[in-house]
Amino acid sequence: MKQSYDITIIGAGAAGLSAALEAYDDTLDILIIEREKNFGGILNQCIHNGFGLHVFKEELTGPEYAQKLIDLVMEKQIDYLLDTTVLNISKDEVFSIKATNITSGEFIIESKSVILTTGCYERARGHVDIPGDRPKGIMTAGSAQRYLNIDGYLVGKKVFILGSGDIGLIMARRMTLEGATVLGVAELMPYSNGLTRNIVQCLNDFDIPLYLSHTIKEVVGKEKLEKVIIQQVDENRQFIENTEKTFEVDTLLLSIGLIPDVKLFESLSIDTDPLTKSALVNQKLETSVKGLYACGNALHVHDLVDDVTIESRKAGKYAKAYVINQKDIDKKQVPIRFDHHIRYVVPQVVDYHLIDEPFDVLFRATQKHDVLKLVIKQGDQVIRKKTLKYVVPAEMQKVQIKPEDLINDLPIEIMVEEV
Amino acid sequence: MKDKQLICIMCPVGCHLTINEDLVVDGNKCPRGKVYATEEMICPKRILTTTVKTDSKDFPRLSVKTNKPIEKTLLFEALEKLNHITVKKNVKIGDVIVKHILNTDVDIIATKSLVRE
Ligand SMILES: Cc1cc2nc3c(=O)[nH]c(=O)nc-3n(C[C@H](O)[C@H](O)[C@H](O)COP(=O)(O)OP(=O)(O)OC[C@H]3O[C@@H](n4cnc5c(N)ncnc54)[C@H](O)[C@@H]3O)c2cc1C
Repeated sequence: MKQSYDITIIGAGAAGLSAALEAYDDTLDILIIEREKNFGGILNQCIHNGFGLHVFKEELTGPEYAQKLIDLVMEKQIDYLLDTTVLNISKDEVFSIKATNITSGEFIIESKSVILTTGCYERARGHVDIPGDRPKGIMTAGSAQRYLNIDGYLVGKKVFILGSGDIGLIMARRMTLEGATVLGVAELMPYSNGLTRNIVQCLNDFDIPLYLSHTIKEVVGKEKLEKVIIQQVDENRQFIENTEKTFEVDTLLLSIGLIPDVKLFESLSIDTDPLTKSALVNQKLETSVKGLYACGNALHVHDLVDDVTIESRKAGKYAKAYVINQKDIDKKQVPIRFDHHIRYVVPQVVDYHLIDEPFDVLFRATQKHDVLKLVIKQGDQVIRKKTLKYVVPAEMQKVQIKPEDLINDLPIEIMVEEV
Repeated sequence: MKDKQLICIMCPVGCHLTINEDLVVDGNKCPRGKVYATEEMICPKRILTTTVKTDSKDFPRLSVKTNKPIEKTLLFEALEKLNHITVKKNVKIGDVIVKHILNTDVDIIATKSLVRE
């Protein structure tokens, strides 16, 4: 291992590995730093299949997808440090990465460019207001997944799930197959927050009811969880009287959202986006700190690992170009605007001095649409139109902008035509 | 019989499919959608993913899957069989753990390599 690198990648999940592979160049020194003892990140606990169809053209489980990336990284002999946690990052001329592990204690690595791929964490009970007792038996769906798939230990026999995020749906099936009874899933919104195929495969297949527009009214249990009471809510999220349902359960799994894990940004002064709760990036996935890139779930939460790989390859490619060219081009960053039909966009800004190839604008809708007609404008002029079908908030959408689409320096505006 | 509406689960795209009594499929973006809708009409099958015990301390579970979809009605029976298995040797991704489970033409294969200490 050296003390100074051209590109350092923090995190060795799908994002980190994919970014490293694309950044690879035999003239560059690249380092991957990972906190866990193994590569692969969250994919290691996602033993179900459905990954990889776009990137590898075959349907894989999480561990298989990870292994394909790991094999490629090993082939290229990219340097790595496992079981090593990055504590903070600072920047002068170059980045100083402070890390720690058992063998070396704390140490510093210098790097010209950094790609942050630290993934996301799950919203837990402390992040939302769940009234009632605080008994044992309440945990995030991802923790239950880790216990079951890695350690081989079923956390409960009678289960209720709050939130229809994918991890909760996957766990509903997984725990059912392992002999638990899943009594239902409650979702505050009038639509599911999980991918459709997970509703089909994980709930419908096993007749597990999904209670839309329902949330927890009360959690009951002294030492251990005894029951959860759910209740229906109206459009204003107010409880509707006489709609309570009680479930006697020993386990409540929370699947109520994921948040990018960007603690490492705290030591840098960086522009952030309150909507994604992560860094604001341009179309090159570069943050407001020059040479610092972010991708994967650390940048915004992805439902599909294929999308993580596609995005992270770009971060790797642009970090490499940054290190090789290191030209000082003035920034001309212009925000992308959007209307209330859209929850967030990535990238949030476009650097008009760096428009040399097509780029994707990823976004999530705020509501369900059978048909979504997008109109993309600059000023008064419509530069593109695109129609998307079966759009749901749970599924990320994308629209590609080509250099020739851009006709002036005004902000790109993404609007939805009412149908 | 009326047309059947399905959501394809062969991949994350999730095409909305329609299949009629003559098994004519519409709405699929790739040939897999057609296969899926036809099978859902005739004999639904699923890929089963789960884990089996190992004798390794570091990796107490080995993730496995069926090498092709297995009849939905056999899922629980297959799991019951797998609950009695402990892997006691090193395995590579793709190695067969159980051949022809429940006398079907389906094998259970490892989705992770296991190198025991
Ligand atoms: C529970 C779950 C289930 C999913 N199910 C599916 C699915 O069924 N199908 C699908 O296509 N996609 C699924 N996804 C989505 C997809 O798999 C993930 O989005 C993708 O794998 C995320 O990759 P990542 O590299 O961004 O994050 P991660 O895999 O989380 O990797 C981040 C890595 O960074 C490391 N790290 C964090 N902080 C530090 C630090 N300070 N120092 C060093 N290392 C650090 C972590 O240890 C971790 O290994 C799922 C996601 C989750 C969370």
